[in-house]
Amino acid sequence: MDRTTIDLWVGIFVALGLAALLGLAMKVGNLTTSSIGETYYVTANFENIGGLKPRAPVKSAGVVVGRVGEISFDPKTYEAVVSLNIDKRYGFPQDTFANIYTAGLLGEQYIGLEAGGDEQPLKNGDKITQTQDAVVLEKLISQFLYSKATESDDQPEKKSASTETDADSLDASPLDKISHK
Amino acid sequence: MHKIKRMLSRLGAGFVNKVWRLGAGARLFWLTLISSGESFRRFRLTVREVYFTGVMSLIIILVSAFFVGMVLALQGYQTLQKYGSSEAIGVLVALALVRELGPVVTALLFAGRAGTAITAEIGLMKATEQLSAMEMMAVSPIARVIAPRFWAGVIAMPILATLFSMVGILGGYLVAVPLIGVDAGAFWSQMQANVDWRHDILNGVFKSVVFGVACTMIALFEGYDAPPTAEGVSRATTRTVVTSSLAVLGLDFILTSFMISV
Repeated sequence: MDRTTIDLWVGIFVALGLAALLGLAMKVGNLTTSSIGETYYVTANFENIGGLKPRAPVKSAGVVVGRVGEISFDPKTYEAVVSLNIDKRYGFPQDTFANIYTAGLLGEQYIGLEAGGDEQPLKNGDKITQTQDAVVLEKLISQFLYSKATESDDQPEKKSASTETDADSLDASPLDKISHK
Repeated sequence: MHKIKRMLSRLGAGFVNKVWRLGAGARLFWLTLISSGESFRRFRLTVREVYFTGVMSLIIILVSAFFVGMVLALQGYQTLQKYGSSEAIGVLVALALVRELGPVVTALLFAGRAGTAITAEIGLMKATEQLSAMEMMAVSPIARVIAPRFWAGVIAMPILATLFSMVGILGGYLVAVPLIGVDAGAFWSQMQANVDWRHDILNGVFKSVVFGVACTMIALFEGYDAPPTAEGVSRATTRTVVTSSLAVLGLDFILTSFMISV
């Protein structure tokens, strides 16, 4: 095997490796999409953030405009403090509404921003005051089951004393009551 | 009583032998590091070894990557389709390959394809007293033989692992999109949304560098330490595959647990 052939093959090998890394970065990874350039950050307090994670997308009208930065806990108000890094290109008014949504039924959670009508834009370090918590699926299901259970108790006997029906529905499993219906 | 004594002393001898080999391996690793100047000054030595360990392993790596990607897509589709999220097949294939299978399977194949060759070569060099001849001529066999092979392995492994991931993803794409009929746009966009450059791709490359160090060093040590007989070299070659595979899987667990806890 002569020297130039070996050099040529090793050159091809290394070039292939670099091309594969570039391909992974551009085509597979989010190097192109995650570089949102210059950002400014605002904070928002939520009572419950559900499964929101750092680096989750911040979307407005479905378009990614930023990413969630840090998530911390405020021991004074017992609320979660979420910092949002938003692209400098997109300005939002002071009374912007921040919601935590879920992509699909069980998908990842993201923050949706709905612009208000204020003239003043949000600046670096500002706080979004109007927020809506994440919908926790277990809470929703237990509320639904509870209301179903009380409903099916009320209908046959028409009892209005709510304390008694509450006690009844706690005794038996709510699922049994639904299957009776 | 006599039996127990014999068993205990055999256990002790085995343990001492293991610790001794670990120490000798670490010593060889250190010697390789401090005498690796020549493999960069005379870079041609290293390039030649990159050819034998890297380029010659390309075929087995690329073909297995292609099939691993295709099988991942087929199997993943079976399960994902039950939950109505067959578009996530791209994420599944890409994350599995970039994070785990790319570095690990490449390292296992590398140990089998290149590691054994290194061990056998160095073992035979020792058996035929080529290494002693070098020492007689005041040429350090570690600087001239061991270090270039070591750096070649460390250079080749990440390249091979990256190629493995890329070709595996292409194989997954071929099965998922033209064969099964998943939407091509969803396949790539979900992948891009969920594969992180820093935490997934670069961590995978980092893993493969570590595996490169481990596999090549084990192969070199086994060859250097092999008894200079035909049987000794054959046993050393077997040990290379066994030790490298176990080391790769163990290191993979340790590295992953550090990377995931971030």
